[in-house]
Amino acid sequence: MPDTTDTRKVREDGEEAGPEYGFPQPLFELLEKKGKPPGPLFSPRLWRSPLRGPWLTSVFGAVLLIGLPIMILTGLLSYMAYQPQFPGNAFPHKVYGLRLPYFDWPTNPSWLYRLNQGLHVGLGLALVPIVLAKLWSVIPKLFVWPPARSAAQLLERASLALLVGSILFELATGVLNIQYDYVFGFDFYTAHYYGAWVFIAAFVLHVGLKLPTMRRSLKSRRLRDELRVSLADTVPEPPDEHGLVAEDPSDPTISRRGVLAVVGGASLAVTAVTLGQTVGWRPTALLSARGQSYGDGPNDFQVNRTARTAGITDADVSSYYRLFVEGRTTLQLSREELLALPQHTAELPIACVEGWSTVQTWTGVRLRDLVQMAGVDNLDSAVITSLERQGAFSRAVLNRGQMTDSDSLLALQVNGVDLSMDHGFPARCIVPAAPGVHNTKWVSRIELREA
Amino acid sequence: MSLRRSYGAHPLHLISLIACFALAGYAFLQASKGPLPVRMALWFVGALIAHDLVLFPLYALIDRTVSGALPRRRRLPSLGGINYLRVPALLSGLLFLMFFPLILRRSEGAYGAASGLDQSPYLARWLLLTGIAFAASAVLFVIAARRTPTRPTA
Repeated sequence: MPDTTDTRKVREDGEEAGPEYGFPQPLFELLEKKGKPPGPLFSPRLWRSPLRGPWLTSVFGAVLLIGLPIMILTGLLSYMAYQPQFPGNAFPHKVYGLRLPYFDWPTNPSWLYRLNQGLHVGLGLALVPIVLAKLWSVIPKLFVWPPARSAAQLLERASLALLVGSILFELATGVLNIQYDYVFGFDFYTAHYYGAWVFIAAFVLHVGLKLPTMRRSLKSRRLRDELRVSLADTVPEPPDEHGLVAEDPSDPTISRRGVLAVVGGASLAVTAVTLGQTVGWRPTALLSARGQSYGDGPNDFQVNRTARTAGITDADVSSYYRLFVEGRTTLQLSREELLALPQHTAELPIACVEGWSTVQTWTGVRLRDLVQMAGVDNLDSAVITSLERQGAFSRAVLNRGQMTDSDSLLALQVNGVDLSMDHGFPARCIVPAAPGVHNTKWVSRIELREA
Repeated sequence: MSLRRSYGAHPLHLISLIACFALAGYAFLQASKGPLPVRMALWFVGALIAHDLVLFPLYALIDRTVSGALPRRRRLPSLGGINYLRVPALLSGLLFLMFFPLILRRSEGAYGAASGLDQSPYLARWLLLTGIAFAASAVLFVIAARRTPTRPTA
């Protein structure tokens, strides 16, 4: 679609006619001529940067056009990884059609959720400077007078408020959540999920309306050539119909390539001080919440919920501990009896929705062996319950594939030693590619459901 | 008067906008079935205000004030000299903006309950990164200044 909201009419002789107003014309005319608030805020002369212009905005826009769809996709996939088809498994519980179609989350490759969340959180952080730069580049348009000359412009501005509001809302809630700062007070999952749908609506529209403008603007100069222009040779972009180029620009203090380097560099810097939490270079993750080391013992890796927080007592995990497996028959197994069963070892990641992950070597009983022992041969799903008395994830439902994968374990040991209390002693689940919190710790009951 | 003229754009524009508002409205309606929908809406609007009317004016004003206070000469490094201050300040400010909950130890309780650790290292780490950024910038400034031929200033 061409830039449909441009209401200035250019006559054949090139002379510009007066502005054209939509219905109701007198109202829009009145707004323009009499409604302008006093003060310099709505004066175009307020905006002095010699670098703002459609080309620069389009460069930021192009980066976001690649990055944001990845954010949307990984976000929606993360929700599906929690297996919302099983009630109680995902938050928010019911999303009334605002989701991808149900499917069994796979177990292969085991790093699937690690990659998904590493991308979602890592890219989300890296895009913060790009989003801020994009907003900087278009902010004069927020203070244009009149705000609209037609209903079309008015509605489009409202959609932009949704777009900018939702991206800032998503970034703010996400960034606060990974730092455990729940100052917002509402449920993070609910807000971030529905906020994402507001963003999807506004983003798809914005791309639809602006893609032609972006492509045209990107063609106006070549990136390769622009990267050769020094500060001394930097001049403003030619005047544009969008009103991004300043009417009365000041002298440049930075080149266009300089701006790109600063914004790109800021993005890389954010990545440099956080990525380590995902890829295992933990000491480099200086500013990530999970960038701290626990030590170098076999149980010294990231804990998500301490035994103390979960309310697990010594009595819970004493020699009286029994695991109940309920199928055709009900099994009651002590930890010694579990250790006496065939043991299997697998190297598997724990990957948190917050983006951090850690790969460890787990040893324990295959979940599918327990299914077989309980006499169930047409398994549908299983409810895994923790000794934990409260908490959103004291219970998780695993699908058939997750229960029968050869690496899905009821782990008793990690890195060759018994699990520590904080890592789920006496026994915990570890399932390839499952979201971290679905690897239930302190497992007390496995309820097998037949198809 | 045609729809195109009275509305101000192609009818497809109107249809697309209605679709956008309908989907966004539906999402908000579903969210409002949960707890604290008003608070969510306030944060949505608050995020807009915080960026457009607080953060942007703040950094723009600081930048304009500091730039204005520096001498302007059309030779390096004076020409782009402000950037030796601007870039490390921007980096440090960005990291603070993004990671202030850790830096200011705002979430010790929830963080400790989850991880069993405390947030004491982060302030020092941020200060260290800030220091490195400014120090590197200072070194680059000195190198640039030495390379610049000195001319008598009028």
